Amino acid sequence: MKHLTSIAVLAAGTTTLFAGDVTGTVTLKGTPPPEKPIAPLMADVNCGKAAKGTVTTRHYVVGAASGLGNVFVYVKGGLDGKKFDAPATKPVVDQVGCLYEPYVLGAQTGQTVEIRNSDAFLHNVNFMKSEAGNTTFNFAQGAGAKPVDKVFPNQEVFVKLQCNVHPWMFGYIGVVSNPYFAVTDKDGKFTLKGLPAGKYTLAFKHLKAGEVTQEVEVKDSGTTVAATLEVK
Amino acid sequence: MSPHPRRIAFLDIHYWAWFTAAWALFVVSIGGLVTSKGVGMAVPDWPTTYGYNMFFFPISQWTGGIFHEHLHRLVASLLGLWAIVLAVGLQWSDSRRWVRALGWLALGLVVAQGILGGKRVVLNSVDVLGVPGSVFFGVLHATTAQVFLSLLATLVLATNPSMASWLESRRENPPAAESGGRVGPWLASVAAVVFVQLAVAATMRHQHAGLAVPDFPLAYGKVYPDTSPETLAAINQRRVGIVDDAPVTAFQVHLHMIHRFLAMALVVASAWTWRRAGFLGGRWKTGVRAWCGLFAVQFALGAATVWTHKAADLATAHVAVGATILASGAALAAMRLMGESRAGVAFDSCRAGHAFIKPSPTVALGRPA
Repeated sequence: MKHLTSIAVLAAGTTTLFAGDVTGTVTLKGTPPPEKPIAPLMADVNCGKAAKGTVTTRHYVVGAASGLGNVFVYVKGGLDGKKFDAPATKPVVDQVGCLYEPYVLGAQTGQTVEIRNSDAFLHNVNFMKSEAGNTTFNFAQGAGAKPVDKVFPNQEVFVKLQCNVHPWMFGYIGVVSNPYFAVTDKDGKFTLKGLPAGKYTLAFKHLKAGEVTQEVEVKDSGTTVAATLEVK
Repeated sequence: MSPHPRRIAFLDIHYWAWFTAAWALFVVSIGGLVTSKGVGMAVPDWPTTYGYNMFFFPISQWTGGIFHEHLHRLVASLLGLWAIVLAVGLQWSDSRRWVRALGWLALGLVVAQGILGGKRVVLNSVDVLGVPGSVFFGVLHATTAQVFLSLLATLVLATNPSMASWLESRRENPPAAESGGRVGPWLASVAAVVFVQLAVAATMRHQHAGLAVPDFPLAYGKVYPDTSPETLAAINQRRVGIVDDAPVTAFQVHLHMIHRFLAMALVVASAWTWRRAGFLGGRWKTGVRAWCGLFAVQFALGAATVWTHKAADLATAHVAVGATILASGAALAAMRLMGESRAGVAFDSCRAGHAFIKPSPTVALGRPA
């Protein structure tokens, strides 16, 4: 998803956008607390070998011009009553080097999410629902195990995945009932593709910085928005 | 017939009670480590371990959090065995009905505790009375462990020959009045508050809210922190833990503060207990004052746990010392209450020919009444 977002943003700089695309940047105001080295990861007999250099937490990924990464952007209002079929594509969350990749992912309700383990050792994937309708799970996924498909029938921002074997491993999935969502890249940029013309409420939700909403009017020629989250 | 036909057996069961209690403390400590490290769900099945009979789970797979959780299960299983030996041993060697009953009660508790531990895993996500199963069963599991350990500590003291002699002498010659008043009710009251404190702590730990307030002695720079939504939002923005990932709530902050205030109250209570112990004689004075000293150690460990951002070893030591305080306090209180009973303690008469508890003139557990 982040790769797709990056490509879309790159394309936006050189060519005309598709009608109805919403592009933008989310920035962070204020100085975030410093990230911490994940010492237990590097001390772990398996994870330490898989780690490349010092691995740190990813609470605040701040890039160029204070762009904030890993913000889940979605349409929160303006689509009332509309139903959307779940896409056939499978977003993938992988376990690599004792981390979830990507850290933040987006998916639509009813869409199948594929959970992989690319590490050469076992992880468990533990999800405890915070919204009714979704089904809690906790399963083991060993080295070379087949990917596991999971579906989240209800909107939940965020679904939180956790490995208890390696308790610093957290991964998040923003699950919403429409296909208009994206996750900002490391510079805070995102694209919502193919949003019909109209007025909407966009939500920008970050795991730590919180959520802000913004009213936007989407035109056929495309729309650009800028949002700011603040750390106090 | 010798008046002490089973004295050797009696001594053996006393040492076995010591061993079982020490093992139980080890199990509690490993359990504390499991919670400190946030690996309670590292093995998602029970009573199997990743589909294996838990006793045959390959050591090569004891990695990461699996090591701690699986070790906790194994040492807890052994504790069940030790409790069987203790209950049977007491039944065979001790003539006092209440001691034998406590032995069987301990066995029943350890079985229940094992089941609770399993339910903590398999019902992790099921709400019970509006509380997540992970918290409900986790807290129940933790507090039952404390009760079990207290029971074992009581058996340790009850099977101590000197203590048994003291109790027996009190039964035969109830004191007209205690020098300095009765200490038992006070000790029992303090132990009860310690139990409440440990229940609060277990609730904090199973919500992973041990660092809901990350500074000490102040709390977010104040005597009592502001828990308005705006303040909590700002707090959570800056809460960047490695394992404790979830945002803190106002409930968790209040719970943390209750834990601190109770800790301070208990330190004051322990100082008062220290003073009152001066009226006791011999080993009672030493024992009660040693117990009081543990409160200071525990307070320091609590502060260090906060200052080190809940380093797992310190947090676990905090759990272990807390459990020791409750267990030893409950046991001391139980003995004093029985020994101080004006109406005479409801001891069973020793079986004919089994009066193996020999009052020793060389042992001074208390001042002569």
